[in-house]
Amino acid sequence: MSSFTYKPELSERGALIENHWQDLARGRRLYTMLSLAVLALALTGSLWFANETNSGKFFERLPHFFDFVGDLMPRDGIEVWRALLDLPSPYFDGSLKYDYPEGRYYVTDSLYVPEYVYKMTETLNIALLSTIIGFALGFLLSFLAAKNMTASPWIRVPVRRFMELLRAFPEIVLAGFFLAILSLGPIPAIIAVSIHTIGALGKLFFEVIENADMKPDEGLKAVGASWVERAWFGMVPQVMPNFVSYFLLRFEINVRASTIIGAVGGGGIGEQLRLSISRGHEAKTLAIVLLLFVTIIAVDQLSAWLRRKLVGDQAFQAVM
Amino acid sequence: MSLSEFEAVAARHPQLLMPSFWSRFRVAAVGGAIALYFVFCWWFFSVGQVLGTANWGIAAGYLADWISYEVRPDIVVRADGTMQIEFSRYDPIGPNPCPDWLEAEHETVTRTVEIPATEMQAKPKSSFSFVAPSNAGKQEAAEARTETRTEEVVTHAVASMNSTDRIDVLPGHVEIHRGNETLGVTLSRNDGVRADRDLPAWATQRASGEKIVLAFGFSGWAEIRDDAVKIHKRFVGWENFFFDIDSPFFGKSAAEVFGLLFSGARLDPNRSNVSLALEGFLYNPSWQHLDVWTKLLQTIVMAFVGTFFATIIAFPLSFVAARNITRNGVVNQITKRFFDFQRSVDMFIWALFFTRAFGPGPLAGISAIFFTDTGTLGKLYSEALENIDDKQREGVKSVGAAPLAVQRFGVLPQVLPVFTSQALYFWESNTRSATIIGAVGAGGIGLKLWEAMRTNQDWENVGYMVLLILIVVFVFDSISNAVRSRLIGRRSTL
Repeated sequence: MSSFTYKPELSERGALIENHWQDLARGRRLYTMLSLAVLALALTGSLWFANETNSGKFFERLPHFFDFVGDLMPRDGIEVWRALLDLPSPYFDGSLKYDYPEGRYYVTDSLYVPEYVYKMTETLNIALLSTIIGFALGFLLSFLAAKNMTASPWIRVPVRRFMELLRAFPEIVLAGFFLAILSLGPIPAIIAVSIHTIGALGKLFFEVIENADMKPDEGLKAVGASWVERAWFGMVPQVMPNFVSYFLLRFEINVRASTIIGAVGGGGIGEQLRLSISRGHEAKTLAIVLLLFVTIIAVDQLSAWLRRKLVGDQAFQAVM
Repeated sequence: MSLSEFEAVAARHPQLLMPSFWSRFRVAAVGGAIALYFVFCWWFFSVGQVLGTANWGIAAGYLADWISYEVRPDIVVRADGTMQIEFSRYDPIGPNPCPDWLEAEHETVTRTVEIPATEMQAKPKSSFSFVAPSNAGKQEAAEARTETRTEEVVTHAVASMNSTDRIDVLPGHVEIHRGNETLGVTLSRNDGVRADRDLPAWATQRASGEKIVLAFGFSGWAEIRDDAVKIHKRFVGWENFFFDIDSPFFGKSAAEVFGLLFSGARLDPNRSNVSLALEGFLYNPSWQHLDVWTKLLQTIVMAFVGTFFATIIAFPLSFVAARNITRNGVVNQITKRFFDFQRSVDMFIWALFFTRAFGPGPLAGISAIFFTDTGTLGKLYSEALENIDDKQREGVKSVGAAPLAVQRFGVLPQVLPVFTSQALYFWESNTRSATIIGAVGAGGIGLKLWEAMRTNQDWENVGYMVLLILIVVFVFDSISNAVRSRLIGRRSTL
């Protein structure tokens, strides 16, 4: 980027320093180049490998890339809305492609809730229930894992390792295991998401506790309060806003997680979406995607608003 | 204020010291609401019914299967009082085993064997036969006949389930020793299975005369029928992890195998022992090492390539989205809303669509991760750019640098460590997500894991894959944490 070069006269020591600096700069450039080359090599290898092991090859399939956009294109302006509300379709041909009478939940004889709206509430309830369970158990465990509440490493370290294990274990395996025992349905999803949430929230919680102000705790200790009283009156009032904020953040993540687990047998909207895509029910697919999109944005916005109210502007940003 | 004054004030204005209604009943209200919600969920998901019908017995079996395997010999008890030990063809201990925990006394006897009537496979006389083949077949069926054979049969078999428990099988009579308890069972074709006393807690029989199921805890279980004793003995470990029963290296100790690999005579004259062993290991039918590793590599590749491309695309776009760099509100807003759109359509939805576009495999996973994370990284990057210190930029600008040079020397040095650290964080977290979206068809180990779980048979393979995933996630976590803490100091921003 330099448009002109400036070469001042240097003393002997200055030249030595200059030379040394040039050497260092050359070394750094060499390392940068080397790491870029390694990265390029890894990328090329990865792309080749991905293409080889894929069932369709990239360049063969690329022309079909936007097929699904064409398939999904609604044929008239209100088709999506009609599908979303499950209203009678003029294209109805007796199949389940345009009208979805099978899963409807009739409130009265003529008023019904479309199946996927019901399933969406199921997914939301899975997320909410498992976040509450995860919150409750993570709350209890976090006090045992925090250094300032539990001095003994014999309790603290096992609790921490246990929470790490809960966090690291793939949700899909937990879901699969409980699906094998409890058969298909939302309860395996609840268990899987809860277990993961315990680990994830527990870790965030004990970090909050460790950063809390210890003065109320010392005061309580001075008047002879028990461990439970110290935790309840000294810690909980301080950490609760942050805890609730993390709870809301986790709820957002769990809505997504329970959708995915639904797609592999855990019930809820995820299953509906997968089935509708694989059966080629275009209008229904669009309706479900729209419903999911709107729900996820609504949950995100609601939780962001609540978190801002709770802990002010430094609210944790939803990343995932 | 002294205590007496305080008390006087408190007596005059009691409502001042009274906590508000909400703060008094907050805990009870929230607790009550949650309890009500639990009741609602109990009804909504019909939890009670599902838990009631759940088969908790098999849960323990599945869990044990993660780290152990069963060997299942059948001791067939024939009506004429002879017995035979049979192993299923796919038993993990090989085709003709004589395990030392199953002792048998053999005897050579001459007996008549009834060969049941077999229906000959009817072949049509010509390809244009209009006669239903089943009619023609029945006429040609061989009649049932008897044959006299001299063969070795088992007269007494003892299966030790563990150091204290064993099953003694005699023709027509089975004796079970469990600890210091003994249970005798008589088998007869007409009368069924009868125990000689009331059944203890470890034995169950649905109805009188039906089969008796014996539980030996972790050591396994056994089934006594009127014509056979089926033994399921459990062993800790992963059976045939290196070589399966059809490999020439099956059943050899580690020392023997190494001896053969480095100096032994060729087992197959056409090829070296090393290539034979390698093939036997990689294509081991019950563990499928090569396939599992390929799928695991696919998952890693999905996370790596997806995150890499997302970074490459999000990087320039974030400069467009940052309002202090591109001073055009409309362009900023369009780019930001584009990021929001990519983020909000979940990775899972993208994965389903791309699976349709590319077919199942890692390309779908790469695309899904790429689409979602372009949005997420773009949002984070543009926020990082909006929070930079303007002084450096102004300094570079004031000496007359070109716009690109301003970004390169005034902006980039401030944000590059944050950018890299966030990219690394996403690479790490995508390794985990890639496992999950794999299960919906986007390639990688997720699908394989899902298939292994759906069969309900291969829980040891699930355990193996989970172990590999945990190792990979742990290694990537450590690498990414180490690099990130070097880039931006001890505490990461995420």
